[in-house]
Amino acid sequence: MSAVQWRNAMNAGAGRAALGKGLPGRGPGVSSRAKGAGDEIVERQTPSMWAAVRARHVVVLAFLLAFPFFATPFLTYQIGAQSLALGLIALSLTFLGGYGGMISLAQMTVAGVAGYMLAIFGASGEATLSLGWSWWIAVPIAIAISMLAGTFVGWLSVRTEGIYTIMITLAVGVAFYYLCLQNYSVFNGFQGFQRVYAPTLLGVNFRNPVPFYFLALACALGGYLLIQYVLRAPFGVALQGIRDNPRRMNALGFHVTAHRIAAYALAAFLAAVGGILLVWYNGLITPNSVGTSWLINVLIIAVLGGMKHPIGAFVGAVIFVLLQTFAIDLIDRERFNLVVGGVFLAIVLFSPDGLLGLWARLRERISTTRPQAALHPRRSKP
Amino acid sequence: MKSSKRVFLRTLAGAAVFAAFSGAAFAQQTVKIGLLATLEGPFAAGGADGMRGAELAIKQRNGMAGGKKIVLVKASSDAKPDVAVNATRKLVEQDKVDIMVGPLSGGEGIAVKEYSKTQPNITFINGSSGAQATTLVNPSPNFFRFNTEGAQWMVGLGKAALDKGYKRVMLIAEDYAFPYSQVQGFMSEYCRLGGKVPVKAWVPLGGKDYASVIARIPKDVDALLVVLGGADAVNFLNQYEAAGGDKPIVGGSITVSQDILNYKGKRRDSLVGTIAGAPIADAYDHPDFKAFVSAYQKEYPVSSGAYPSPSLFALVYYINMKAALDGLDAVKGDLSGGQAKYRQALSKMTLKTPVGDVRLDANRQAIGTTFITEVVKDAQGNLFNRVLRKVDGIDQMLGMPKEQFKMGSRDEPSCP
Repeated sequence: MSAVQWRNAMNAGAGRAALGKGLPGRGPGVSSRAKGAGDEIVERQTPSMWAAVRARHVVVLAFLLAFPFFATPFLTYQIGAQSLALGLIALSLTFLGGYGGMISLAQMTVAGVAGYMLAIFGASGEATLSLGWSWWIAVPIAIAISMLAGTFVGWLSVRTEGIYTIMITLAVGVAFYYLCLQNYSVFNGFQGFQRVYAPTLLGVNFRNPVPFYFLALACALGGYLLIQYVLRAPFGVALQGIRDNPRRMNALGFHVTAHRIAAYALAAFLAAVGGILLVWYNGLITPNSVGTSWLINVLIIAVLGGMKHPIGAFVGAVIFVLLQTFAIDLIDRERFNLVVGGVFLAIVLFSPDGLLGLWARLRERISTTRPQAALHPRRSKP
Repeated sequence: MKSSKRVFLRTLAGAAVFAAFSGAAFAQQTVKIGLLATLEGPFAAGGADGMRGAELAIKQRNGMAGGKKIVLVKASSDAKPDVAVNATRKLVEQDKVDIMVGPLSGGEGIAVKEYSKTQPNITFINGSSGAQATTLVNPSPNFFRFNTEGAQWMVGLGKAALDKGYKRVMLIAEDYAFPYSQVQGFMSEYCRLGGKVPVKAWVPLGGKDYASVIARIPKDVDALLVVLGGADAVNFLNQYEAAGGDKPIVGGSITVSQDILNYKGKRRDSLVGTIAGAPIADAYDHPDFKAFVSAYQKEYPVSSGAYPSPSLFALVYYINMKAALDGLDAVKGDLSGGQAKYRQALSKMTLKTPVGDVRLDANRQAIGTTFITEVVKDAQGNLFNRVLRKVDGIDQMLGMPKEQFKMGSRDEPSCP
């Protein structure tokens, strides 16, 4: 069966039903839709983008657009923009982990490759090492090299499963950290690169909080929509099929290894964009930016938010950044890491699916404790 | 049961958000000072001691300076530049501090200095970061450093080594900015006076295995210049001891600090006779320094987790915080006009510190004193640093003409 036939089967609903079986609630896009399976099939037959738009999407988007106009520059930049950049990197992990079943700890490394390449090809405080090319040359080069690196990580790790994937990607990440730390001719060692700034374009200085926030928002939104699209496209559906049963997908004629590597490449693109935003946000990149703690932090962000929906990465990033920033105000200054760790522990303990899981269970509870809600069925959820 | 837990969690989260957004406005009669040190990561112990030093400076004036009450807002980083900038940005933009004191380590200092340029109305005073580049390359008009840095701390040590008869030394140092500075401070003088450094071994920070380095030590060197800090120094000393090494050691500023002298390894006794350069000497007997030490000991007894004697970090944070407060006194708490008067006062003042007077140069970098110390054993068998020599008035050019001065790096200076 070719991929085209597979797609046709999917569109007819039969393939989808077969795929969704055994994994209630894990099928593509389930969490953003109403529960009825019948609705879903109907929706699939009219694949309009606007059909999926709900009131809450509009509210969230409006809030995000209005945010910098009522928040302080500090909140806009440090909380808003940083969360969006980190969220984009975590989104690449959510895509790989939640939909491809591959937990890669090297996503921060891939982002770091993009950041380093931007510093090396573009302008930085290290005039002797940086080539000083314009951002519009340096950024595509950085993204391309980073995608190559991400593809390489995928190629290395894709034949492994579970914990072995984690081990290999962690090893690659740590190796890259030490390379950056000890290489002086290219990566400038411990110092890294200082003064890597976002460009000024059409009179708008993207170093300023509000323009940078909107740049990050545009990238994050683009990444989010791209993933949402890919997950519904044959590529993404097949990826989820591979996650659930690689042997069966192989028997159906899919090249499982190539498919997974392609997923790594796509994830690398997201991570690269996130990495470039993060370097511009910090204005610098050092080996610590790709150190072990950051490799793990990306996983923490993804797990905090929940890996069953792309939005989880951003929710996790907001919580993570808020905690990192404000935990020190809550408790004795010397002990604030206790709060950070405690909240992480509580979320993972009470809701293994992260905050999104908590939200879903909360909704479920409300609808079951109020039977009248079931007696008067609403047509669609708000 | 479960739902009550959830309610509790949500309340907690709500409280968190509330606490985060409150606490902004304060009355006019206060001055907010932000204090940043590393309470996490490799320098957590040093960071905590730095905070003690800074708080001591405030406590000594009963929390007042220039007729205003000092409100201290603390933040922590983990010695990473991006974390330090995030923490600083929060203090400046969210907590609205007027004056910022910090950070602790070199890379952080450079990053915070770059950030300070975006906040021209706030005055930044260094914590204990000691990278040369902070004030030498692209200095920031509102970043002040009242402590001398890594290279300045080693001035005078080259001569002391030659006086001890060490004509050839091998260098073993960590591979990053601070040791580069330290090595430069030593070598520029040592090479000029005829000493030779045939082998340089740059080892990674946090390295565990020094066997390959020890194997490279040539037979014909007279001593080892060891610029390693904390656990690295202890690891190296142990392994060198185990390998049967017996060459005397010339130490960097944080190689033979009190915490290393307190360690209980076998090699301990062989440290006797080690010379080093540092901005602090435990046994310095000037009354001002003794008063500082006893104030520290009184305020922070060992039982509270403090050191028996203030560390380098405590002293340097104390000095920088004292500068911030003295400056406030000088302008009577007047921070108006984008703090222009305050900055003027800081640039001009001669700061009295426990280790002598400090002035600033045109880049707002301290010109101060360095101690050359030697490890000796007292009657009880404790090791401590005796002051061999005190060198005053060391500037950032290390006494060289500006044209000749080159910043320290792996290959600079060189005299094989």
